Amino acid sequence: MTIAIDLTVPRGTFALQARFTAPPRGVTAVYGPSGAGKTTLLRAMAGLQPAQGELRVGEVIWQSDSVVVPAHRRELGMVFQEPSLFTHLSVEDNLRFGQRYLPPGKQPADYREIVTLLGLEGLLERRVDRLSGGESQRVALGRALLRSPRILLLDEPLTALDRARKRELLGYLGALPQALDLPLLYVSHALDEVVGLADHLVLLNEGRTIAAGPVNDLLTQLDLPPAQDADAAAVITGETVGYDSADQLSRIRFDGGELLATSSTALPNGPVKLRILARDVSLTLDHQQHTSILNIVPATVTDLRAAEAGQCTVRLDCGGQGLLARVSRRSVSELELQPGRPVFAQIKAVALLQP
Amino acid sequence: MLSSDDITALGLTLRLALISTLMLLVLGTPLAWWLAHTRARCKPVVDALIALPLVLPPTVLGFYLLLALGPEGPVGAALEGLGGAPLAFTFAGLVIGSVVYSLPFVVQPLQDTFARIGTRPLEVAATLGAGPADRWRHVILPLARPGYLTAAVLGFAHTLGEFGVVLMIGGNIPGRTQVVSVAIYDHVEALDYASAHMLAALLLGVSFALLLGVYWRNRRWRLAVAGS
Amino acid sequence: MNTLFLKRRALRGLALLLLGGFNSATAAELQVAVASSFAPALEAVGEAYTRKTGHTLRLARASTGKLYAQIVNGAPYDLFFAADARRPMLLETAGKTLAGSGFVYATGRLVLWNRSGPQGPGAIHALREGDYRYLAIANPRHAPYGAAAQRALEALALWQAVQPRLVRGENVGQTLQFVQSGNAELGFVASAQLAALPELPGEVWTVPQELYPPLHQRVALLRDSPAAQALLAFMRSEVARELLRSYGYDLPGQ
Repeated sequence: MTIAIDLTVPRGTFALQARFTAPPRGVTAVYGPSGAGKTTLLRAMAGLQPAQGELRVGEVIWQSDSVVVPAHRRELGMVFQEPSLFTHLSVEDNLRFGQRYLPPGKQPADYREIVTLLGLEGLLERRVDRLSGGESQRVALGRALLRSPRILLLDEPLTALDRARKRELLGYLGALPQALDLPLLYVSHALDEVVGLADHLVLLNEGRTIAAGPVNDLLTQLDLPPAQDADAAAVITGETVGYDSADQLSRIRFDGGELLATSSTALPNGPVKLRILARDVSLTLDHQQHTSILNIVPATVTDLRAAEAGQCTVRLDCGGQGLLARVSRRSVSELELQPGRPVFAQIKAVALLQP
Repeated sequence: MLSSDDITALGLTLRLALISTLMLLVLGTPLAWWLAHTRARCKPVVDALIALPLVLPPTVLGFYLLLALGPEGPVGAALEGLGGAPLAFTFAGLVIGSVVYSLPFVVQPLQDTFARIGTRPLEVAATLGAGPADRWRHVILPLARPGYLTAAVLGFAHTLGEFGVVLMIGGNIPGRTQVVSVAIYDHVEALDYASAHMLAALLLGVSFALLLGVYWRNRRWRLAVAGS
Repeated sequence: MNTLFLKRRALRGLALLLLGGFNSATAAELQVAVASSFAPALEAVGEAYTRKTGHTLRLARASTGKLYAQIVNGAPYDLFFAADARRPMLLETAGKTLAGSGFVYATGRLVLWNRSGPQGPGAIHALREGDYRYLAIANPRHAPYGAAAQRALEALALWQAVQPRLVRGENVGQTLQFVQSGNAELGFVASAQLAALPELPGEVWTVPQELYPPLHQRVALLRDSPAAQALLAFMRSEVARELLRSYGYDLPGQ
């Protein structure tokens, strides 16, 4: 049920050529700088822009050499950068708009379920032009979901929102894949959004796919743009196993050991993702005692790469999962860091991502 | 008192305005849509052509229509070749004249409205599964309703008051091409000011009542949507 | 080539040649309201008049009805050359003119023009046989040529028969346009109009005068002055009369 994309989209002076596959579940993020062709790719996938090549979603072919399925017959949902709600309809009519066009025999999505999932109850009576940006995007999201799509395409949906709304909406988005068993294709130029949501990552630059794969593999690969970013981070998958209510710490077990993360409430025991920024990781050769840093785990250096201003990015293997550390070049030479060197990673902050 | 010819003229005028407006809305929609969205180089030329009836004096417009519809003109000759009857001095000819004369009054408001709506609502509707016809019925038309209202009112009112064009190609035949504006003019020319005043007042009254009805209806529609 | 047209051209040139110089010291400008149909002829006469007297004419052209309405409402014209006799008479009765100064300066001639017919006289056959789609006349209600055409048709016992095919122009100028553009095959127009066409295809039938009341065209003097009196006198001169004849008008006292 994978999603296979091999598209060439003419675009002004040059063409976008994207080729990758995405898993049938979870969030696949397409990451790249502005102008890389991300929006073009998404529009071509939606059928809003002419393209050549192949596009297959599971067993359904949306584009091939012989057939091009028109946009309205592709069972997809799309959330655009601007909410684009229909101003001539109420919020509820907006939500229900796509339900009229479902193919015969298709089970309609549960209206109540989506409304509850996205917290839209209070908005149903409101007028479309009185909604805030964040509320509008939530309605747009609900509208797309109520159309029972096979895949949800999102084109930088958080761009127009402020920080608080972004976080709020990210929360809703993160809950979707599990709640609805629906693959998301999320396009963004904001690394933190990608890190927060993605299970699978596709890197796009100047109209070409330069890499595609599981998110942490690509995030920690030093020759790719994410690892060179100032906000470079790794995403560790683990399992919540306990909670210390006195100290408000969650215990997470992963392949490389155990981590403690602060959280105001106990999380249900189960799979969890953690984000660890490269700049929050320092390295020692010996396990430090009497330090305020809670999380110290053994790791092995696998790769090094110079970063700007006397810095260096180090890739570590931590029980099979990749981790990044940003240290000074001097430290690299003093500690004689090189591939294979066993070290201890001191992780200053661990952020819990939506499960 | 008004003669039966005058009443006939009023009925004829209303019919002419109604038919012309309907035709203009139908013809004007694809034209306005194309103009709102095209990036063709020739767009300014088409824009200017459509605006021409605004600039040309109506009698000049009527004069060229008279020539064009005549047996030696492009339209008249073609029509004759196809075995059709000439269009000058016929109601059909007046409709054609009215359509040309009121074209910019219908196309321009529609064009502005379509441009304002843009393509995004259509794209959104497509991603929600609406086919081309559904997009039109359920997205574009409701969003464009104010524009359609303006276009219809302007087109209708403009045709009601049309004089110069009808004068040139109508032939002033009672019951066929004698419209109210020409009838009023005739009364004035014949120094029958009483009839002229009465007919003018009747035309104004009818037009005002129609316009008022339309705007009022529109207000009720808008309030209905807003309240939901 | 229209022989009337050529003759008119020639006479205009000749008239200018024959007249001598003028006295520029007391040159005046007359504001003249003239019916559109008569304007071309008045222009030619005006040129000759200016040559002779040094006074100039400033012409305001419009339909007789419009000019009448303007004058009644105070428009500042010195003279009014109407295309009929009725409107100037109304002005005279209302006391807006100098008493006794008005007269018939020309008489129009009604003709029937069959543009697509064979060259030469004979338009009446097409009319009698109904061999046409539309017959154009000026609106009998307010255009003198239209009223004359109606009387002629009544006299010919054809008025009822032509009703279904009758189209009415607002004035005789528009009536001419209907025929000239080919939209109406036949039309009752003024002889003076045909004199102005460089080409005159088809056949022309001069309607016998006994079939319609004379199309007297009357002038009214609104503001007296030596220049105005001079123009009125000039209108009666032989030079002017010849010119008018070449323009297709009949003269009183002929």
